[in-house]
Amino acid sequence: MTHSAAQVSYLEDGHTLRSWLLTTDHKRIAILYFVAITFFFFAGGFAAFLMRYNLLSPHGLLGSAETYNRLFSMHGILMVWFFLVPAVPVTLGNFLIPLMLGARDLAFPRLNLLSWYLFMAAGFVALYAVVAGGVDTGWTFYTPLTSLYSKGHVVAAIVAIFIAGFSSIATGLNFIVSIHKLRAPGMTWYKMPVFLWSLYATSVILVLATPVLAMTLLLLAFERIFGIGVFDPAIGGDPLLFQHLFWFYSHPAVYVMILPGFGVISEIVPAFSRKELFGYKFVVWASIAIAVIGFLVWGHHMFVAGTSLFSAIVFSLLSYMVAVPSAIKVFNWIGTMHKGYIHFDSPMLYAIGFIGLFTTGGLTGLFVAALAADVHLTQTYFVVAHFHYVMVGGMVSAYFAGLHFWWPKITGRLYPEMWGRAGAITIFVGFNLTFFPQFVLGYLGMPRRYFAYPQQFEALNLLSSAGALVLALGYLLPLGYLTWSLLYGERASANPWGATGLEWTTPSPPPTENFAVTPIVTQAPYQYEQPEAASHE
Amino acid sequence: MNGYWPSATLEGREVDLLLLALLLVSCAVLALVFGLILLYMVRYRAGSGVHRGARSDQAWRFEIGWTAATLAVFFGLFIWGGDLYVRLFQPPADALQIYVVGKQWMWKVEHQGGQREINALHVPINRPIQLVMTSEDVIHDFSVPAFRIKHDVLPGRYETLWFQIDRTGAFELFCTQLCGVGHYTMTGEVVAMSQPDFEKWLASGAASEGHEDMAAAGKELFTAHGCSGCHGEGGVGGSPETTGVQAPALAGLYGHSVKLQTGATVTADDKFIRDCILTPDKTPVAGYPQIMPSFSGQISEEKVLRLIAYIKSLKSGSRT
Amino acid sequence: MSDAAAHEFQFSSAEHRRETAISGIWLFLATEALFFGPIFLSWIYARFADPNAFDAGGRQTELTIGVTNTALLIASSFAYSVGLAFMEFGSRRGMVLWLLVAWALGAAFIGLKFGVEWRMDLAKGLFPGANFSVHGPSRNGAQLFFAFYFFSTALHGLHLLVGLALLAWIIFQARRFTAERHSPVRVVGLYWTFIDVIWLILFPLIYLIGRAS
Repeated sequence: MTHSAAQVSYLEDGHTLRSWLLTTDHKRIAILYFVAITFFFFAGGFAAFLMRYNLLSPHGLLGSAETYNRLFSMHGILMVWFFLVPAVPVTLGNFLIPLMLGARDLAFPRLNLLSWYLFMAAGFVALYAVVAGGVDTGWTFYTPLTSLYSKGHVVAAIVAIFIAGFSSIATGLNFIVSIHKLRAPGMTWYKMPVFLWSLYATSVILVLATPVLAMTLLLLAFERIFGIGVFDPAIGGDPLLFQHLFWFYSHPAVYVMILPGFGVISEIVPAFSRKELFGYKFVVWASIAIAVIGFLVWGHHMFVAGTSLFSAIVFSLLSYMVAVPSAIKVFNWIGTMHKGYIHFDSPMLYAIGFIGLFTTGGLTGLFVAALAADVHLTQTYFVVAHFHYVMVGGMVSAYFAGLHFWWPKITGRLYPEMWGRAGAITIFVGFNLTFFPQFVLGYLGMPRRYFAYPQQFEALNLLSSAGALVLALGYLLPLGYLTWSLLYGERASANPWGATGLEWTTPSPPPTENFAVTPIVTQAPYQYEQPEAASHE
Repeated sequence: MNGYWPSATLEGREVDLLLLALLLVSCAVLALVFGLILLYMVRYRAGSGVHRGARSDQAWRFEIGWTAATLAVFFGLFIWGGDLYVRLFQPPADALQIYVVGKQWMWKVEHQGGQREINALHVPINRPIQLVMTSEDVIHDFSVPAFRIKHDVLPGRYETLWFQIDRTGAFELFCTQLCGVGHYTMTGEVVAMSQPDFEKWLASGAASEGHEDMAAAGKELFTAHGCSGCHGEGGVGGSPETTGVQAPALAGLYGHSVKLQTGATVTADDKFIRDCILTPDKTPVAGYPQIMPSFSGQISEEKVLRLIAYIKSLKSGSRT
Repeated sequence: MSDAAAHEFQFSSAEHRRETAISGIWLFLATEALFFGPIFLSWIYARFADPNAFDAGGRQTELTIGVTNTALLIASSFAYSVGLAFMEFGSRRGMVLWLLVAWALGAAFIGLKFGVEWRMDLAKGLFPGANFSVHGPSRNGAQLFFAFYFFSTALHGLHLLVGLALLAWIIFQARRFTAERHSPVRVVGLYWTFIDVIWLILFPLIYLIGRAS
């Protein structure tokens, strides 16, 4: 029970399979999640790649619309529930929250392990649904198509998401309780790094929104199984009710994806600017504001769905409100760089890429929040481009930024820096090539989820598919050099970046108990020394 | 694709103007963000010897400044987009109504004269057109990018969409709500013609072959489904003396307000009449016993539309 | 005091661990509230769309069994609280006795609900679908009501079964608890009472609203 030898690295503390599969160490669980998440990212990415291949020709190259529909449904389901929503919280969050808090583990370590098993169970059910033939409803599962008309394996897909939801809830609950109860002595709320605040806000959404999705999907499964149910217009049910409930989860889920990214960037920008985070309290409260207002904007997915004029106006206004805190964050990151001493290591390059792509995604959000503009743009490739800029350009870049930043801490190894920079730049270029043409396609009216499309959209689709090739290469690069570094990378010191934060005070990789002695916090976060005094480089 | 730009409707051109404004705002912000990042990347790179000077300790001034500026710009965009949307939402009173039924995977259109077409919609220019749309199965979406409009088409209810085209031409029509395997095939075209051409088209062989005026077809259904048995021939209403039961008069009903047993007053529009036929229990009319049976599942959406057309055609006191 | 053995290494004391556990269960109950929330909301919304037909469905339910079941659950939560009070005063025997009463009352609810009431409902042809026995203009709304009815009572029953399992576990583990250390008894008690609260919302939705109008 008690590990007196605090210096044994968590990676060395047991080598059996059992020591991994039955571990309650948050760091080992994070590694288990890393493996699973990486698999789902590339599985979902492969589906996207086939979609882009299909769209090379206006007639569709895959030969079957059914195959195409199943591919984009699989892409959406795997990416949303098995990568974007969990990725940062379960990997970096699991690994770092106790370290940043100055704690030895999360509040409920066994619950943490359980949530990994739930996630894996969900993943296997999802893969079963895919192998059995998949679903063709899109990840949005609109009724009555999904409940009464679709021929795919809808119930299996729903069960997968339902279980994954409970894994999310368990994780969120664990994080909230840990942040409340396990902060090291002296770590007041305003001494917490922004990463913790963001994950706190994320967890609140996970805990409060996910159950709504779970129930909605259960109602959907009921209708699917019995052929009659509460959303069925034939007996007076309302399909719009499904959409309301679905987006009540799925819009806040967007903030579940992006808020942890904000947290990562708020750690990296000060670290590589050697400067305190500009407007700490504003950044913190912007996260909380996003979590709160984010619950009140779901109706903006339904401006053309048949809701009332009044609701459309209210949701439009609230959607503009929720964009304000995101803008505040962007300005604060730039403010942090002002008068700093900026280093261009890989994490910073990914972070700068994030700021650019996220800002573009956010600005195009203003287009679709403006009611009359949304009428034209919604359901087209414009919306596809918009949310990919936020989700992939934003969230995935932030995930990679965080991965590169904490990689030495997690693995105890350094990756080849030049390869890291090449990866960051390839991803940035490939991403823009893939998705920028889709804004234009959307404006020109190309509808999403079309297996074949009119001739006039061909050139832009070719460009987008060519970009996807570059992007795919960009994502394979980190897979290659990070794996290489596990075996051959240089050993990392405890704090290779000279960053602040409790996680950098432990050895790399950290011992099982994290801290030999519980740290006592006296300083605010991000107290970087003035390099002129400390003569950096 | 010809005629995509400028848009063929006034509202479409205004949407484009709004989009242009959004584009300019976005470009300005992006220029600012990228400009500052690039500037700082060069000026404040670690190796640069530039003098950093004292840091501002009044961060909150910047915070208030950019928060207020963001709010102001956002609010302006919200008002602009909202104002235009309200207009897109409210059709002019004299709009020509055309009925659209979506089903997997085709658009079925019926004109008031009974002319039917599939995956095509012929309309006159310079005249407001209102589409009354419903679906037989799943949710579809009627989208004409050239007019910058779209609206979902739902089963079990009527949704409307209006536009007024100011030049002739053929414009692409898409279904933009995933509706199953054939989603991508649910396309067609909107053909805008001058008023004389449109009338010629309505009367032409192709369009009129075997068609019957919608109201006339509705009249046959009115008898065939036994509506006249209670509501009387020509929908004059029933009483224990004439038809044996107390039934409300339907002639002159359309567009007038109706008092319900719940105390609410509603206007008798297409949606209301549809509800009365399919779910009479939902709309018990004050002063009459609730004995009307539901016709849900017995009449197709297209027949319901014809019945409605017939009821709309009945003027007070008329006995057609 | 063997305090170190009584808590994992992330807690500073056993007390710290207890507080954390109680925070956790409250947060879990918040999750559960949002889990059931959409049913209540959709239920009220669906009734609003077509109140007459919906209520016609509601009048087909078995009021007597509903009232009896409500009484059983309230009594069960009461018994649990008495059991918890006994534990706080150090009487393990009293706790076990009252928890057995709580368990039996909960089991009686399950028996009555699914063994008797559901069977009667199904025999009357109240399950939505082609064989639904309510005809006439109220047929659709009544089917909608019974779709909600069967869905929500099944889900509530499932929660109750989990509760019964947890209660049984507490009874079998009773030896481990003392007047100072019994946070699992509290945690399970909160969950048990929560199931009761859910039922207290379902009860009027199922049995009363249709009859009131």
